[in-house]
Amino acid sequence: MSGIGTGYDLSATTYSPDGKVFQTDYAQKAVDNSSTALGIKCKDGIVLAVEKLVVSKLLVERSSRRIHNVDRHAGICVAGLLPDGRMVVNRAAEEASNYKSFYGEPIPGRVLCERLASYMHLFNLYWSMRPYGTAGLLATYDEDGPALYLVEPSGVAHKYHGTAVGKARQAVKNELEKMKLGQLTCREAVVEAAKILHKVHEEDGKPFEIEMSWICDDSGRVHQRVPAEVLAEAEAAAKAAMEESDMED
Amino acid sequence: MLPRPTTHSKALGPGVAGPELAVATSAVLDRPPQPTAQRPLSGAQAFSVDPSLVESADGPRQHTQYPYVTGTSVLAVKYAGGVMLACDTLGAYGSTKRYKSLERIIRVNARTAVAAGGEISDFQYITRLLEELATDDYRTDDGIELGPREVFSYLTRVMYNRRGKMDPLWNSLVVGGVEADGTVFLGTVGMIGTHYTDSHVATGFGAHLARPMFRERQSDDMSEADAEALLRDALRVCYYRDKQSINKFQVAKATGEGVAIGKPFALETKWDYKAFAAPTKWAIGAW
Repeated sequence: MSGIGTGYDLSATTYSPDGKVFQTDYAQKAVDNSSTALGIKCKDGIVLAVEKLVVSKLLVERSSRRIHNVDRHAGICVAGLLPDGRMVVNRAAEEASNYKSFYGEPIPGRVLCERLASYMHLFNLYWSMRPYGTAGLLATYDEDGPALYLVEPSGVAHKYHGTAVGKARQAVKNELEKMKLGQLTCREAVVEAAKILHKVHEEDGKPFEIEMSWICDDSGRVHQRVPAEVLAEAEAAAKAAMEESDMED
Repeated sequence: MLPRPTTHSKALGPGVAGPELAVATSAVLDRPPQPTAQRPLSGAQAFSVDPSLVESADGPRQHTQYPYVTGTSVLAVKYAGGVMLACDTLGAYGSTKRYKSLERIIRVNARTAVAAGGEISDFQYITRLLEELATDDYRTDDGIELGPREVFSYLTRVMYNRRGKMDPLWNSLVVGGVEADGTVFLGTVGMIGTHYTDSHVATGFGAHLARPMFRERQSDDMSEADAEALLRDALRVCYYRDKQSINKFQVAKATGEGVAIGKPFALETKWDYKAFAAPTKWAIGAW
């Protein structure tokens, strides 16, 4: 019995003497090690963006998605273990569909977030289960307007103006804090998101692609992938900005 | 109602309807019991049984298997580049014109429209099914959208499945739209799952009144204006002869550009045709 957990990390039903549940912490680590994802709440909607490392040159472009539709008015960007993420997304879709058939109206973002958090939390309660190694950035647009939530493996969920998960989350959060999110439009945010992801990825040097979605007036208040040409424009702008800052150095 | 006289004889037991009491009470005298087929006064077994009094062997009686609020005919034709669907906006409760602004045409997705006649609540249920189907399709996010042919196929299965349960959805549905490759699709499904595709379809009364006109005047490459004129004429004919229709119609177009459901409108009508005054004059054998 030696090492980091020293016997208290074998199941999610055992606390360590200083009050930690190590399995939950480890699940969070799986998320922290994932490639970076970010969400921005703008004045007219939400933008989700995620970098995806290209693990092989043989990989088909834009395969293995990390941004999924949950309903027309909701989408999730998953960070961490992708297969776990898919389970969470499927559950979210089920909740959305159930809500719609029961109440006859689309599920409000707050409710969807609450239900997802409860679902994630379930896996922290039994020794026979493993907490999901995934966190979901949830973008919704309902009667109360756009909203961005982050649901974590522990079952914790918060509503954000902007947030990030994954390896470079701290760097991204620093960038987001500098921005005036309340005055940004989604079109501008798409470019900003591309810039941020390119910037925080700089040292790494590995090839990556960006997946981005939005839900705003431009998309008809429907969660959808950012159109290819808009994304390409944003990436071009991001690369130009990068080169510019290189020249200054 | 007065209590039925019951015997207190130990042979029969208390509370059992039996022979007349030896000493008639005032209640009995006031209202002497009458024998019925189900309860003979002799206390003998009933010799005939009213089926409605006996609980059926296969569960409670089903009361939902008749239409209540209904829509009448739906008409649809193919034309160059699309499909046009038309129907009135009435929800009839028997022959009462109960709901006069029911929209019976829905947009399923950018390429498919569905119109329905028959039980309106069943159509609302089908609408929900189609909404779910379309949302699921949207969620898949693979850049492929369900085409009218797929929606049609789905509906044929739903309708046939329900008739297989002896609990049919009481509708005639018309599915129209344009496939991804530009092919124009038009088909109809009946309440028991019977289905076919054609260049023009009409459900209900329209199958008799409108389709002869379609056979004469419809062609797949006719212009949109001609198609609309044809449909208006057919609607008028249906309105003249179909008691359960009103003069408030809707026309929807499904083309490569999408589905456009038009605003309700009324048609010019003329009721002083001589043939209308004596409708059976030239109809030999009619009265």
